[in-house]
Amino acid sequence: MNSKIPDTASKRTITALVQDKPGVLNRVASMFRRRGFNIESLAVGKSEESDLSRMTFVVDGDDRTVEQVTKHLHKLIDVIKVSDISDQNIVSRELALIRVKVNIQTRAEVMQVVGLFRANIIDVAPDSLIVEVVGDEDKIDSLHELLKEFGVVEVMRTGTIALNRGLEAAKKESRKSKHRNWGEAASV
Amino acid sequence: MKLNGSQMICESLIREGVDVIFGLPGGAILPLYQTLPEYPKLRHILVRHEQGAAHAADGYARVSGKPGVAWATSGPGATNLVTGIATAQMDSIPIVVIVGQVSRASIGSDAFQETDTTGITLPVTKHNYLVMSASEIPQIIKEAFYIANTGRPGPVLIDIPKDVQTEIAEFKYPSEIDLPGYKPTLEGNGAQIKRAAKLIKESQRPVILAGHGAIFSNAYDEIRELAEKAQIPVITTLLGISSFPEDHVLSVGMPGMHGMAYASLAIEEADLLIALGMRFDDRITGKPSAFSVNSKKIHVDIDPSEIGKNIKVDVPIVGDLKRVLAKLNLEVDPNTHVEWIQHIEELKRDHPSMNIRATEKLLPQYIINQISEATEGKAIVVTGVGQHQMWAAQHYVYTEPRSFVTSGGSGAMGYEVPGAMGAQVADPGRVVWSIAGDGGFQMTMAELATLVENKIPVKFAIINNQCLGMVRQWQEFFYDKDYVATMYTNNPDFVKLAEAFGMLGLRVSDKTQVRSAIEEAISYEGPALIDFMVEEEENVFPMIPAGQTVQDMIEENQPEKVR
Repeated sequence: MNSKIPDTASKRTITALVQDKPGVLNRVASMFRRRGFNIESLAVGKSEESDLSRMTFVVDGDDRTVEQVTKHLHKLIDVIKVSDISDQNIVSRELALIRVKVNIQTRAEVMQVVGLFRANIIDVAPDSLIVEVVGDEDKIDSLHELLKEFGVVEVMRTGTIALNRGLEAAKKESRKSKHRNWGEAASV
Repeated sequence: MKLNGSQMICESLIREGVDVIFGLPGGAILPLYQTLPEYPKLRHILVRHEQGAAHAADGYARVSGKPGVAWATSGPGATNLVTGIATAQMDSIPIVVIVGQVSRASIGSDAFQETDTTGITLPVTKHNYLVMSASEIPQIIKEAFYIANTGRPGPVLIDIPKDVQTEIAEFKYPSEIDLPGYKPTLEGNGAQIKRAAKLIKESQRPVILAGHGAIFSNAYDEIRELAEKAQIPVITTLLGISSFPEDHVLSVGMPGMHGMAYASLAIEEADLLIALGMRFDDRITGKPSAFSVNSKKIHVDIDPSEIGKNIKVDVPIVGDLKRVLAKLNLEVDPNTHVEWIQHIEELKRDHPSMNIRATEKLLPQYIINQISEATEGKAIVVTGVGQHQMWAAQHYVYTEPRSFVTSGGSGAMGYEVPGAMGAQVADPGRVVWSIAGDGGFQMTMAELATLVENKIPVKFAIINNQCLGMVRQWQEFFYDKDYVATMYTNNPDFVKLAEAFGMLGLRVSDKTQVRSAIEEAISYEGPALIDFMVEEEENVFPMIPAGQTVQDMIEENQPEKVR
């Protein structure tokens, strides 16, 4: 998508609590495009409050880029809270649907692999299966890699969603928590 | 009380203190227009092109400090506004733009004069709204003015379908705003302010670099107090001009691409840069990795995303400049910096960038110098973009705040006519000079009709070099004098043009007539225009070529330094 990513680029996970209004996704996506930031994945859905949505971004970039991403996200009027949770104790999950070619010889073997990954087979056809797998990005990448041997026809992934572990963190992420005071950041 | 949408818009604008609107009607905004006569408090100025409305609202905001208002119809009306909105966005100018839209049921059907206005303007506004119910109007207008004129200011657009303008609903103007995602940080962090004061105390060679934020924040007194208390020289960016009086002994002018050599050199030699409400634009930094490498940097800005964006800083302070400086000034110790100030005086002597060479020819720099003297530095100067803009920044001595009005970030040629209109409407008591280029002037000169019609007495000085001067200069320097598409061979007769519009028109091609023409234009009671036939191949110096460093500066005509 762009050429701004230096060698030290790493994947970072950012979450944002946003107003659930028409056009908010467009505002966010437009900001990323305009500033040349790279989105690896983006997942959006309802949050615990009816008027708010939560977005999870996985972005590629060095510290400076990620800092700019969070600041520019925060600058959008409809974005209430932004957190870079990459260095925190988080759980992150993604769901993928993978359609794999099978025949009489390979079906059992595919089912065995799927079982090892605690994934599910949710559709069975004479010459293909749909595998549903939940996990972090690495787990899904690994299963995808293994299934390639049999012939992967289609892959659909949701993108990563992530939450902090523990209740203290949850309080921090709510809309009621103290608004971020940018002045406190010592080394922005 | 029950009102229709158009009445609600007018009632809301009055409650926000709006007294003037620049606009042009069309189908989708007609209900609003037909309601205007009920509200004589709202003065409407009918422009000739919607771009003029947006620039005029922008000029109004820059001079008054209040949000400017422009409105137009859907489709082409809205798209014609876009240049003006983008200009306001780049320079952080608070304007509220209201645009008509096709009726709700027609949205998305490619109806006549339908365009996705909120989509088009999304990247060039601070925020925008599409109003889908009349009942939302009061809240949205309240929010729009709040967002436009707080934090880092900027344009807000409100797109209102025609049938929402006629829909009847209960009107109650809200007293509160609930924007959980928008809470600008105003108070600077105390610990950081202490760190800044410590750096200032330890510094031997500090400079203040004041930008547009100094003007938005009205921090003139605070900057002056800091400068005088610790004896720190003050440099202003292009948009920071007039935030510090240029006749002050500590004033060191403007740095950067066409800044004074001594200002750029002072930044280069400084050991501490106190950046106040500015954003380290590429026209200032040249090559960011080589910009003022030996200085520590304090950066105060209200927008956290500006900190660390272009230049790494040592002490970041997010907050409103006026409030931050009020606290900082209490912490800063008096100082003298005698050697440093003496050194800067030497730099000024050794690099006299602003001397106007002695010649019988009519030089643009001389004209601006004469306007400056005739108005004693107290006029409001509005410019277009290009050579004349840089000369206006260099050679006018600005002594009062909010007196230099120019399209800095966006660099929108054509700003000089409608921008000056807005500036004059905001402050009818001051003389407004539009220093115009013959190129930019022709982009928006239709607004001369608006000026005459509304008795807005702007004075124009067209710096007529019969070419697109700045582009021509780049072609001379960097393209071996290959003047592609920059020469005008058939400019109109601007004097006759002025007369056709009903203005005073004068032509000056002789240096000796400059001052008397300026005086005549000032004493004329309506709008006036002077067509100054200047030296055509005059260049702007100094010049630091784009992306280069202070060492690469061309101080005067030095062919060997020009590649």
